[in-house]
Amino acid sequence: MVAEIGFGAIFITLIFTLYGIGAAIYGDRTKSQRWILSAHQVLKLVFPVMTISVGSLLYLLATDHFEVVYVADVSSRSMPLYLKLTALWGGQAGSLLFWSWLLAGFSSAVAFRKWDRDRDLLPWVIVVNLVTLAFFLVLNVFYENPFTRYWQDASGILVSFSRPEGAISVFPRDGGGLNPLLRHPGMIIHPPMQYLGFAGFIIPFSFAMASLIKKRSDDRWIRLSRGWTLWAWMFLSLGLVLGARWAYDVLGWGGYWGWDPVEISALMPWLTGTAYLHAVLIQEKRNMFKDWSLVLIILTYLLVIYGTFITRSGLLSSVHSFAQSRIGPIFLVFLTLTILVSAWLLSSRWKILRADHVLEQVLSREGLIIIGVVLFLGMLVASFWGVLFPILSELVTGQKVTVGPPFYERVAAPIMGGLLILMVLCPLAVWSIVSYKHLGRLLWKPFLVSLAGIALPLWGGYNRWPAVIAFWLVAFVLAVNFFEIIRRTRVRRKTEAESWGTALLHVLKRNQRSYSAMIVHIGVVLMALGIIGIEFFQTETQATLAEGQQLSLGSYTMTYEDLAVFDAPDARNVARAVVSVERDGRVLGELYPRRDFYYDSGQPVTIPGVRSTLLDDFYVILVDWKAVTSEGATFKVYHNPLVKWLWVGSLVFIAGVVFATWPGKKTNPRQER
Amino acid sequence: MKGKYRYLLGILSLILLLVVLTVPALAQGSDPTDDEVNAIARQLYCPVCENIPLDTCGTAACEQWRGIIREKLAEGWTEDQIKTYFVEQYGDRVLAEPPRRGFNWLAYVVPMLALAAGVALLVIGFRKWREQARVQETTRRSGEDRPAAEPTDEYLKKVEEELKARSEGQK
Repeated sequence: MVAEIGFGAIFITLIFTLYGIGAAIYGDRTKSQRWILSAHQVLKLVFPVMTISVGSLLYLLATDHFEVVYVADVSSRSMPLYLKLTALWGGQAGSLLFWSWLLAGFSSAVAFRKWDRDRDLLPWVIVVNLVTLAFFLVLNVFYENPFTRYWQDASGILVSFSRPEGAISVFPRDGGGLNPLLRHPGMIIHPPMQYLGFAGFIIPFSFAMASLIKKRSDDRWIRLSRGWTLWAWMFLSLGLVLGARWAYDVLGWGGYWGWDPVEISALMPWLTGTAYLHAVLIQEKRNMFKDWSLVLIILTYLLVIYGTFITRSGLLSSVHSFAQSRIGPIFLVFLTLTILVSAWLLSSRWKILRADHVLEQVLSREGLIIIGVVLFLGMLVASFWGVLFPILSELVTGQKVTVGPPFYERVAAPIMGGLLILMVLCPLAVWSIVSYKHLGRLLWKPFLVSLAGIALPLWGGYNRWPAVIAFWLVAFVLAVNFFEIIRRTRVRRKTEAESWGTALLHVLKRNQRSYSAMIVHIGVVLMALGIIGIEFFQTETQATLAEGQQLSLGSYTMTYEDLAVFDAPDARNVARAVVSVERDGRVLGELYPRRDFYYDSGQPVTIPGVRSTLLDDFYVILVDWKAVTSEGATFKVYHNPLVKWLWVGSLVFIAGVVFATWPGKKTNPRQER
Repeated sequence: MKGKYRYLLGILSLILLLVVLTVPALAQGSDPTDDEVNAIARQLYCPVCENIPLDTCGTAACEQWRGIIREKLAEGWTEDQIKTYFVEQYGDRVLAEPPRRGFNWLAYVVPMLALAAGVALLVIGFRKWREQARVQETTRRSGEDRPAAEPTDEYLKKVEEELKARSEGQK
């Protein structure tokens, strides 16, 4: 019964959306407000109706309805309730339903904003939102129905949503359980954040398309969607960081990012989304590069769909599993159509997108931002090609190849360096024209301070020159931002005769946008600090130890104390080692690396023991052990310098974005600098 | 003569004995450490666990592969020999990057071409924009005076902008 309600709700939403698309287009063509209003109501309704469907699936998951195929696949009796609920996005069909639901959420939310001033955009915002939603709903209704059930007749077990002729229901006793790798707090919030980020970009995209269709050349669409874009971008960033954290905590390879095609698919929309956020700044202030903003937001939307496509279609594992995938071809059709429609819209309106100003100097802020945008696009091209190449190779030569970390790192490292240089110059460069003298006057003090960024790592023994340059740039960015804040506060203090504290507060409040950008950039360079630390200076060693034996890495020494193997109540077998860690003879404490083996899915998960400080992480993995005979256990040990800054920086980063979207006195962006 | 042969045979067998005894001992270095095995495993990918380097993969298959590396190392194989062995057995996909030959060159050439195109576009773009700016500049110069590019006082500039925005009417 609940399954019928759940499926019925998706089906009704699909009918709604199809009607809404028609009504909005017809209403716009005939200038009939009644039809548009009707479509507007549909947009408001999609979320509540989809919620019924998601609620049904959650109910089925929570109450162990294993006759539903999806529930049997991703859940099991022994799982705690919160994991049963998060199994909603633990498999293909459920995650697509979850996707549609979040998309519907954004669509309905945008429907409830005040539309008085922008009536002309409304019908096309509705159309773009509903078309995207309809696409995902079609997948859920016809291809990946999360409510299909097991049945049995004379011929055996059948899988179908409705009861086949003469079949009876089958109720499996237990389900397969959630993939153990997903049973982690990071995995509980990482996918929703990622999906929120993905789905959120539909809003700026729909505004951009509506503006294009309506042949408007102003930047109204950007202003209207700015808050939405920032939220989507923040969720996407948070999703990426949480994914990295989860990998570091659970995957047990001592790293946070493996240049896996799935990771890259999540990174690509972030690259274009970030480029977009920067390009629109130029459009808002200088009314230039309108075409860039549009191309970037269209690319972001396409990459969101592409990312979902490439991770959901089986294309990654092999072109052959793609041929067997039922949803792959549909995605390809939808992607192609979107590309064609966007390209046609862009080309037919190219003339009205002429800039009001021209770029006067490379070193102006807009010049620097454009260079940054191109750097982001460069990373995008390399990433896109790296993911695509193994598929191409398999198609053309029949030979599958791996495009792994070395390929991407070669591109990413110089681009990261370039972005750091831009982050040094950008806060000081003003719009339109920069005088070198002015820039020099602002730069020399931060430059002197930044030399500490060379001295400190050298003193700490981190002396590989590309890393030292990177450290120096990080210090330079921090110093520039710090001096800028002080300088502006001092000006305010002088002119208004305020105390330092009040002046700082006023300065921050008055220029919410530019300071939130500063905070975000400070967060980014702190993250860079962590990345440089672990990428350049990670060391590792591995050995098999008997109890009481020691293993040394750098100044750390670890002693294998004990190992216990036991069954945990949630159907897993745990092997947990106790190791004590000391550094330069001083005991630092104990770590408990362990290996969990999940009986229901037959999969092991390696949980490292980590001692983390701002300077470095000592990271121990239990690789193997000999049962009973106490022959010993094998440990793999990593020393990861500075990696904690990656997480600290991401918190600063998120704080900056939240500050940017914080409702305050909204200032006209043109008057900020 | 016979004695001479016997003498030669004796020397030969002594040499043979020496060879049999010493060559394996020479080839067989000390037992390879886990770190030596991992240093090579890190650069390899098994066809089953996609995109997980061999040194961190926990599956039985990868464990077995690491065992093979250990054996080969013990037999005195070099890193390149071991990598070639796996490529011959399982194809190019075991390597972290496609080997630079034939069709695979595309993997490396395309990003470089894209980079060149990006730089070229930027250079051309900046040139064009500057040209346009110069044209605008001359037309503007003939009309009004150029506004000061750099305000003397940050705060005064703010005030002016604020006033301008007010007169424009805020959104």
